[in-house]
Formats: sequence, structure tokens, C-alpha cells
Amino acid sequence: MKLITLAHGNGGEENNELIEGIFYKYLKNDYLKKSEDASLIEGGKLAFTTDSFTISPLFFSGGDIGKLSVCGTCNDLAMMGAKPKYVTLAMIIEEGFEVSVLDEIVKSIKKELEICGAVVVAGDTKVVPRGSVDRLFINTSGVGVMQLEGISASNLAVGDAIVVSRDIGTHGAAIYANREGIDITSTLKSDCASLWPMVEALKDARIKPKEMRDATRGGLAAVLNEWAKASNICIEIDEEKIPVCSEVKGICELLGFEPSALANEGTFVLALDPNDVDEAIKVLKTFSQNKMCSCIGKVTDEYTKKVVLSSEWGTKRFLDMPTGELLPRIC
Amino acid sequence: MPQKELDLFKAFRNPEHMKALAKLIKQESKTKIRLMEVCGGHTHTIMKYGIPQILPDTIEFVHGPGCPVCIMPKERIDHAYVLSQQPDVIMVTLGDMIKVPGSHGSLQDARSKGADVRFVYSPLDTLKIAKDNPEKKVIFFAIGFETTTPMTAALIDQVIKHDLKNIFFHINHVTVPEVMEVLLQSEECLIDAFIGPSHVSVITGSKIYDQFPKKYHKPVVVTGFEPIDVMEGILMIVRQVNEKRADLENQYKRSVSYEGNIVAQDLINKYFDQRELFKWRGLGNIPKSGLKLKDEFSYLDAEKIYDKVLPKEEINDHKLCICGDILKGVAKPTDCKVFGKACKPSSPIGSCMVSSEGACAAYYKYGGVL
Repeated sequence: MKLITLAHGNGGEENNELIEGIFYKYLKNDYLKKSEDASLIEGGKLAFTTDSFTISPLFFSGGDIGKLSVCGTCNDLAMMGAKPKYVTLAMIIEEGFEVSVLDEIVKSIKKELEICGAVVVAGDTKVVPRGSVDRLFINTSGVGVMQLEGISASNLAVGDAIVVSRDIGTHGAAIYANREGIDITSTLKSDCASLWPMVEALKDARIKPKEMRDATRGGLAAVLNEWAKASNICIEIDEEKIPVCSEVKGICELLGFEPSALANEGTFVLALDPNDVDEAIKVLKTFSQNKMCSCIGKVTDEYTKKVVLSSEWGTKRFLDMPTGELLPRIC
Repeated sequence: MPQKELDLFKAFRNPEHMKALAKLIKQESKTKIRLMEVCGGHTHTIMKYGIPQILPDTIEFVHGPGCPVCIMPKERIDHAYVLSQQPDVIMVTLGDMIKVPGSHGSLQDARSKGADVRFVYSPLDTLKIAKDNPEKKVIFFAIGFETTTPMTAALIDQVIKHDLKNIFFHINHVTVPEVMEVLLQSEECLIDAFIGPSHVSVITGSKIYDQFPKKYHKPVVVTGFEPIDVMEGILMIVRQVNEKRADLENQYKRSVSYEGNIVAQDLINKYFDQRELFKWRGLGNIPKSGLKLKDEFSYLDAEKIYDKVLPKEEINDHKLCICGDILKGVAKPTDCKVFGKACKPSSPIGSCMVSSEGACAAYYKYGGVL
């Protein structure tokens, strides 16, 4: 690892190498060690996290960089069982950026904050010379108040059920179909959405998830692999039960991608007591985007620290952590 | 999962059909057959769908050399790297080619050091890049088997028709039959039959495999990429072996004909000649297995235009790498000392680990202990 490549930001194996090799080398502490979506502070009463956002195009089907910058940070808090409350907003803007576009983006931020019930309590603006950033980069940090206790990636135990909130891969597939050089016309929309309302609904139904994580970069595959390692268990998934809409399937077939490695921005995975599964799915399905919510597998001890996919004809294979930059296969 | 609309995949992955085909193969297969799936796309299907797990021990796969990224020798990747460093050059290539390491690094590394490297899904997208950057020289690093060659030919056709002055070509196209023949002629060869490539055969037609049953008495079944296709192709081979036949058969009739796509073949023949030799990573020089631009189009040939700066030295394959043996069928990825340790998809040493279609990468990703 001499130079940073795009693969170091993929949320998969190379990304972890960078974190272990550089950031943990100097900064590791009891908070970071847990590798959770957000850290619990002040004796577990508050959750705290941060995230940066760069996306091209700035406006995409199903969202924009503003909405994304709220969802990303607030979802990390929600996944810890915390209600998002205070958010900071820092913008790095390239000179020449249209003020009307910025207006649109900030309006979108306001709208999404209302859905989460959070407010911006501090902000910062930097303008840099042309070429120093790609139009606009946003960083947000967030503080949330804990509402659901005991959620952790090291909580999974044999017998737990794995549920995914909706069909996977729409954000990754929609963004890829939109990018320059990929000439695919698609009506696919990013799943970009705030997850706190769903977590709150689960809480109101007295469901206590053992663990929740939004499947952002690295997708479902990264979440399941992180859990298998953190809890020292095996996760067995029935491949045909993973919800994937036909458009995402089609784009994956064309480009040689796996839906489970594609990014999501409003899809989360839950580990639950098997007795809670039916009720949790019922609650999640009351949200219109979660029609395909389903239980996809369970925790076992067959191959610890591994994720196993079973096919309908009885074969098994490992589902690995995604690696490398996502590139279309050649033929 | 609810079915909303026409599903183009489900029928080719139907579990009942998979089980029924597995049962038939088990019942009928009596003698050991070492099957080479020539194409990386098939290796991918075989590993992804766990096909060896539902087959009897009599069927053994030999993973072939049909991954265009994997077989690209370091010398050629070094060409791409050096070209990307030339003034005012935009390097364009297909998908996962950009991550293959040469001796200075990959095109991805070149990009992180400031070179303008882009990938396209369709070679024709290169036209837009060239139009948007009239002051730059756009070099298309063309790779792939017969599947992608017509797309490069179509791009050349456009460049000539519209008299575009800023697109050039570095041609690395390779062809399938020659390498199959080399494998069969090798003394250690253990191949009993071939699963013929899907997409390559759509272009070339199944006629390019005529010689293998006739001259070498090896069955060839051209087969589709879906798991049901592969299972059916294997059953057809088992039946040939049982009946002591060696025929050219076509399982992938929905896309492949005997003659193939004549328009595409004409376009290829219009612009390309066979090279005397092309070096394959892991296998060495193979006569007539690569293509080059015809002499009359040398004004488009980046290899000629940049001849002075392109490195010419031979580079040997890594000492510990056994990709050559894996491609000949005499070793499995798991026999390799560096497999999964020093050699991983994120830091490949040998050709078979480079692309997700390579045998080692497929074993690493899907195989392991299962």
C-alpha cells in the first residue's frame, strides 16, 4: 500500500486494510475498537458519528447529495438505536458553483432533517479553487439520544434470524446506470431514505433487535461479513430469499456485479430473536418502500467468521467481503 | 420473492431442473471425464452456482485460459502503463483491465498518480471522449477474445468513416482455437472434452471447433453461461463419452449458429491480421493466437506510433506462480503455495487471480472449503 487508490474507499477489504494500517495504528481506542456505525458516549446515553459525501451526479434518481448527507449520518445513529437529534454540516464548495443549485441542495437537507427530527447546530463553509474538489463535498456529524439499548455487532448468537428491510442494491445500481459511459436507461430509483422512522416503529412495537446496520458501501455482503467476524459466528443465507428487484438483477447481469456488493442508502439488515421475525417484518412492511422485506437466513456455528450462501439446489458457497473498485466485467 | 414481471433468469436457474439434470448426470456418468471449460465466464458460473458439489466424482473440471484479462502478459500491461504516461494521452480500456498489475503497477495505479485513464462499457463510447477532448490523443487499449473484437472493429470503422484524428489503438485481441490446440498438444495434457465458450461462439460460430473432434477426437459442446446450460452441456458430453463419440454439438442454440455472425466476422477481417506470435501470461508464446491492425491502418496503431517509448524486454512469470499448470489442467489453484496468501484478488501475483473470471479468483471468492 504505497498510494491511495479508489479501492481504498470501497467499504470492503482494502478499506479495512487502510483503517487497520493507518488510522488504528495511531488513533485506536475503546470507542473505535468496537467498529460500530456510531460510538456510544456519555455512559451510553448518546450516540455520535460522522460521514462525508461525494457523489456524481449531485442529483440522482431518488435523491441528491443533500438528502444523502442527512440520511447517511442519521442512519448511522438510528442503527445504534439512537434518535438523531443534533447535526453539524460542513461544505467544501468549488468556486463557480451555482448558488441556485446550492439552494436546492440545502432545501433538500431541511426536508430530510424534518423526517429524522434532527436540527443543524453548527456549520462551516469552505470555497476552494476550481479543480480542488468535484463541485461539492459535504461532511455531516450527528449526535443521537439512545432509545434502544444493547445493539451491537458482537451480539449475534446461534439461532438468531437475519432480516433485510427491502430489496437490495438499488442505490448502487441506479448510480452506476447514471454514470458517464454506462449507457443504460433505467427507471430505477436509489433507496436513499431516513431509517429512524422505521427503527422507532420497531421500538413502538416492543421489538428489540440484537443488531442493525444499514448496508451502505460494500452492501449486504460487507454487513454480514462484519457481523460474522465481530460475533465469531457463521451466517447462513438462502440465496433465493435475498430480495432483489428485476431491474437491479438485470443491471448486475449486464455488468457482472453481485447485488449483495452494491451500495444502499436506505436499506438495513437486522439480527433478531427468531420469535420477533414475523412481527418485525409486519412493522417494516407498513413503510411503502419495504414491500420486499424478508427473512433471509440465520446464525449458526458451522463455519465461524464466514457467511455461507445456499442455493435452491443444495449447493453452498462463501459470500466474501467485496474487494476492489466496482468495475464491469469484460465479456 | 414476488414475481412482478417477466423474469429472464429464473428459467435458467430453476432448482427442479438443476436437480433433475444432476440426477441424470449421476446415473449416466460411468467413466472419469476431465472437462475443460475454456471460457472464464463458465468458470465463474461453475464456481458461483456450486456446480461441482452436485456432480459425481467422475466429472472433473480443468479451468481453461479463456479470461482475456488474466492471460494478458505483463509486457502488454506495461505498454498500457507507459502509454498512459505520454503527454496529452487519455488511455481508454474496458472494465476490469484497469486493475491488472504490470511491472510498474496497474492502470488504476497510473490513474492515482495523475494519468488520465478511463474505462468504457462499450468501445464506441470512446468516440465521445475523443470529441470532448480534441486536443488530446485518445488511445483505446483493446482487449478480449472474439467476443469483443467486433466492437473494436466497429470503433475503427467509425474513426475511419468520420476521419477522426485523435483516436489510436493498441490491439491485444486474442483468439480461442489456437490456445485450445496448444493445450491439446502439450505432453502433460489431461483434457478429455471441452465445454465451448458461449459469447465467443456467438460471433465465430461453432465451426471454429470442427478440428477438435475430427483431429484430436475430443468432444466439444458449445454451452450457454447459465447454470442449467452448463449442466445440460455436461450431460451432452457424458453421453458422447458413453457412446464413444467425439462430436461438435451445440447446447447454446438460442444464440449460437454454425456459421456465427458473418457481419462481425467480415468487420474483423477487414481491419485485423493474425500476429505471428502472441505471448499469453502463464502459457508463453502461441503462434497465430493474437490479432494486429493491418499494415494499411498503421497510422492508427499506437504500438507503431509510440514504438520508441514502448518497452521490449521479456518479463518472466513469477517463480512461485503455477498458473501455466492450472491452465493445462495438471494443477488446481489450491495446489499453489501462494494461493490465498501472497496471491489474492487485491494483490494478484499470477494471471488466474487477476480477474473475477480467472480460476484462482473464482476459487478464492467462491471456493475455499465448501
